[in-house]
Amino acid sequence: MSKKLIELKNISKSFGSNLVLDELDLYIRENEFVTLLGPSGCGKTTILRIIGGFETPDIGSVYFDGVDITKLSPNERQLNTVFQKYALFTHMTVAENIAFGLRLKKKSDSYIKDKIKYALDLVNLPGYEDRYPDSLSGGQQQRIAIARAIVNEPKVLLLDEPLGALDLKLRQEMQYELIRLKNELGITFIYVTHDQEEALTMSDTIVVMNQGYIQQIGTPESIYNEPTNAFVADFIGESNIIDGIMVRDRLVNIGGLDFECVDEGFGKNEPVDVVIRPEDVELGSPEGGHTTGTVTSIIFKGVHYEIQVESAIGINFMVQTTQNFPVGSFVGINVIPDNFQIMHKPQSEDEEILNIEDIPLKE
Amino acid sequence: MMGKALGKIYIVLVVLFMYAPIMVLIALSFNASKSRVIWGGFTLKWYRTLFESSAIISAIGTTLLLALLSAAIACIIGLTASLGIYAMKKRDYKIMLFFTNIPLLNADIVTGIALMLWFVKFMPLGFSSVLVAHVTFNIPYVILCILPKLETMDIRQFEAARDLGATSFYAFVKILIPDLMPGIFAGFFMAFTMSMDDFVITYFTKGPGVNTLSTLIYGEIRKGIKPEMYALSSLLFFIVLIMLIIVNISARDNKDKSDLAAY
Repeated sequence: MSKKLIELKNISKSFGSNLVLDELDLYIRENEFVTLLGPSGCGKTTILRIIGGFETPDIGSVYFDGVDITKLSPNERQLNTVFQKYALFTHMTVAENIAFGLRLKKKSDSYIKDKIKYALDLVNLPGYEDRYPDSLSGGQQQRIAIARAIVNEPKVLLLDEPLGALDLKLRQEMQYELIRLKNELGITFIYVTHDQEEALTMSDTIVVMNQGYIQQIGTPESIYNEPTNAFVADFIGESNIIDGIMVRDRLVNIGGLDFECVDEGFGKNEPVDVVIRPEDVELGSPEGGHTTGTVTSIIFKGVHYEIQVESAIGINFMVQTTQNFPVGSFVGINVIPDNFQIMHKPQSEDEEILNIEDIPLKE
Repeated sequence: MMGKALGKIYIVLVVLFMYAPIMVLIALSFNASKSRVIWGGFTLKWYRTLFESSAIISAIGTTLLLALLSAAIACIIGLTASLGIYAMKKRDYKIMLFFTNIPLLNADIVTGIALMLWFVKFMPLGFSSVLVAHVTFNIPYVILCILPKLETMDIRQFEAARDLGATSFYAFVKILIPDLMPGIFAGFFMAFTMSMDDFVITYFTKGPGVNTLSTLIYGEIRKGIKPEMYALSSLLFFIVLIMLIIVNISARDNKDKSDLAAY
């Protein structure tokens, strides 16, 4: 494991009466691609701005390579930021934009010239030196903003929803570009987004946040497959989140019907949240189903259909399948034991915040 | 078709009513005859006598100096004020903007008398008191030009400069100021023009012996209307006209540049 490059210790921050971060601890390892993921207003951008030096935490400290940098201003930190709307200097050419940081470091003209060329090659925009930012497309401006940041050879690149303003196709392209850049440069990326697909595609580590608290830290796989609570399950991909009772190890009761699962270690008859991914609900003939249901709606989504099934046990399942079941058809429902994810009900007040009903999930 | 023609006639009439008096004034300034009803042939002699009068020359000098200085000072104060107002919370912002707008709408004569009362108490009436008065009424125009520019600017550019290693002062000078320059220019020329053609406030705040073009014309006209005054008034009109043309061209150039860059 590589060393911890950035450490946030006991960070709290409020704006007016609005507590944005509450006693937050987080560390980021060298050469990691870390994504801070959460709905708007969850505090992810504030964390990034605290690391970048644009906000000072009310309490707590930021360590960079073991040194306390909490009080340093942005120009004294060895990291660079790619801003949400690129923030290119509009009255300067592309080359002048890229050279800005290097000129401040009093680098020689020939060094700067080489660096500009290198950076433009790296972001696939060779020959754009004399263009003005206004004359570039969103995707190109984004690349220039990245070039402007990386020529300074920062140890950490902070990216604040950099793909938010691009269209879907371009966004997917840029995701691959960013992964390539990260591998070529070998520097740490801290990436802020509310887009779970971006987070899953690019990250080594995802930090899922909500209302100023970290909900879960893990690899994309572990966060998708083993969400620790209902909020994470619902925010990362779509989910059926159902009330259940753990009858005993490996057996959960949902709506009066027992289902086999693989989870153990819950109390006898403990109320739990059961998460089932929509793609894990299997529909078939009524005779072969563990329970049955009636299709109430079906929507074509491209790669699959999204189907709502009103089941005999009183639960409404969301199902994703490539098969077509017309509205009104009577179907059997099966879920294999592996695909139940059982979670404790929220207990403390902090956890109560996770109540997903009150939270607007996406912008 | 009919409507279009009527529309054109209407426009011509409007423009005629607005500018005919000035056209007559300008025509009379080139009239060799002293009479206002007889055309005595083209002449520049009224302009010549104008430039032979030391009072007029000094009034022109005072007017230009006053306009330049008051516009420049108002720009500096207006810029800092705009930055301050911009950083305010919504409510304070509105209150502040309301107060800066009062001098714009206030009757000149009220502002003039109020300033005069103030100056009589604290400083001698003279060039400096007129300058302070002009700076005072120019500041709102500058703020009015700079604040919208600041509003549409991406303030993240400033943060980006800080992020790339610039101190806040360097980022301010290198990033914010160039971006605000069109607004600052517009504010400067606006203030310059306002200072040039102000009469009422200048009249109340000037001391004896200090004359701008407008107060000089007023003083001379009271003694009797002389053709030189047509020439002087025409001159004032042309200077203001040229200023307005410069403002418009610089505004258009800015737009052209960004339009061109978009392709």
